Amino acid sequence: MTQTADDVTAGVASDATAAVRITGLHKSFGAVRAVDGVDLTIEKGEFFTMLGPSGSGKTTLLRIIGGFESVDRGTVEIFGVDMTRTPPYDRDVNTVFQNYALFPHMTVQDNVEYGLRVKRVPKKKRADTAADALAMVGLTAMGGRKPDQLSGGQRQRVALARAIVNRPKVLLLDEPLGALDLKLRQGMQLELKRIQREAGITFIYVTHDQEEALTMSDRIAVFHKGQIEQAGTPVEIYEQPSTEYVAGFIGVSNMLDHAGLTYAVRPERIRMVTDPASEPPDAVCVPAVVREVIYLGVNTRYTVGLASGQAVVVIRPNGGAADNVIPAGTDVTICWWPTTSHSIGPSGQMSTPKN
Amino acid sequence: MTGTTSRVLLRIWAYLVVAFLFFPIAIVVLYAFNSSNVQAWPLPGFSTQWFTVAWHDNQVRDALWLSVKAGLISTAIALVLGSLASFGVHKFKFFGRETISFLVVLPLALPGIITGVALNSAFSFAGVGLSLMTIIIGHATFCVVVVYNNVLARLRRVSGSLVEASMDLGARPWQTFRLVTMPSLTTALVSGALLAFALSFDEIIVTTFTAGAQNTLPLWIFGAIRLGQQLPEVNAVVLVVLVVTILPVAISTRLTGREGIQ
Repeated sequence: MTQTADDVTAGVASDATAAVRITGLHKSFGAVRAVDGVDLTIEKGEFFTMLGPSGSGKTTLLRIIGGFESVDRGTVEIFGVDMTRTPPYDRDVNTVFQNYALFPHMTVQDNVEYGLRVKRVPKKKRADTAADALAMVGLTAMGGRKPDQLSGGQRQRVALARAIVNRPKVLLLDEPLGALDLKLRQGMQLELKRIQREAGITFIYVTHDQEEALTMSDRIAVFHKGQIEQAGTPVEIYEQPSTEYVAGFIGVSNMLDHAGLTYAVRPERIRMVTDPASEPPDAVCVPAVVREVIYLGVNTRYTVGLASGQAVVVIRPNGGAADNVIPAGTDVTICWWPTTSHSIGPSGQMSTPKN
Repeated sequence: MTGTTSRVLLRIWAYLVVAFLFFPIAIVVLYAFNSSNVQAWPLPGFSTQWFTVAWHDNQVRDALWLSVKAGLISTAIALVLGSLASFGVHKFKFFGRETISFLVVLPLALPGIITGVALNSAFSFAGVGLSLMTIIIGHATFCVVVVYNNVLARLRRVSGSLVEASMDLGARPWQTFRLVTMPSLTTALVSGALLAFALSFDEIIVTTFTAGAQNTLPLWIFGAIRLGQQLPEVNAVVLVVLVVTILPVAISTRLTGREGIQ
């Protein structure tokens, strides 16, 4: 691609400039506040995931970055340039749509060439570039086919090739693996990471799948009711959730009170023992009764009841013999360590574990 | 009763319904090849003479030519107006959009006699003499609807995400229209045009009120039947009308049907 004046300016500033900077963003659809005051900075080359349930505002924000939705208030900067009111075709951003949106009347090759064609790249050059992109996603032999002759996974790859062939500064991916079955999805997760590394493009990835987010992302923003609950690395989000909502959305967390504080404690961080005296002195130990036992192969998941009535989820590895599994109804003691646990604030209302 | 019996009975019933619908048409087709000019059973012999007679009949030729002209021009008008109307209704949200959509579709649902009388009054009020032009205007009222419906249905099904994908890849609005919207509309336009032509070609009620002294083919048939003369010739002409109307409808169904699979 040739460098335009814009590219040069952006290039000069680029070391200090974020890929995408969103400031004070608001967007309502009627009475629904889809995006309700979002500030966000996404760094160059990051694999950034926007995670949340449907209706949390993540897809709306992605569409705003792509230029498909107007905003009520706030700004969107892409590589230091205010693009809030720029139409999609003038943004150096490409999208992999959730339903792929391949052009049904064009071959795979023509689909992938499309972005170059509308930018008047010479025929020979765009054919070569498209062939490279198809090779990158492993579809070299498929150029002559029509989209309806492809499987779901292949269409997904074509959509990806069609977007990255333009070498965008930012690639937006809207739940791109949602329609694929589990095995294909896991394969594509690795492949997306590889392509992101090779192409060096900033990826902004929308998903509601917390496992997918933890696996792929450099950083994650957890969305809830149009706002960002927490943004951070997967480890931060998992180990130090800042709110009960985040703790509950990413995996299972037990909300345990101790010394006036509420702690979000992961099931694998709780020890379940029959002899509390053997535990280290800084542990907090309380008696409990095993209510439910679910054998999961690698480990076993227990739901135990405390004297207060609170249910706590504990996960134990199945390391030893088969009689390692503790049957329901057994009186046990559960121990955890406030010193190495993450507090989400002063204790207030009693909470139950969330899935 | 067993499942097999009811299935057989249902099948017989279906055949009876089809026979009821198509028996009169079959009769006309048979009579068209009748060697005698008397319509009586059994047919005395097979002949194509009535086609020759009809072909050399100047009245029939004039009527055919008029019908073709009216069909082609009203289809052309329908293509332009119908597709523009559907673009407008699809693309823009404006006050009264639903009303306009309803009004555009209305002429197809309205009894032909109402459209016919209304147009006739309007033309005489405006002092416009009845001619080919008034026939075309009359036919265009319902031809527009067919194109409008076909194109609008396609726009609603195709556009959204494909248009966004095109813009996302850097295409300006005109490029998007030319490279994505138009190609996906082609079959809808072709099938709309074929249906419109077929509708116009065999229209009789509205034409009666807008045609003046000229005869379209259906008007000529109607007149000849009422006079009771030239009946064998009428049968031959009807067969031609039948083919000219059924072919476009069949092609149109195939076109839209194939698109529907995607």
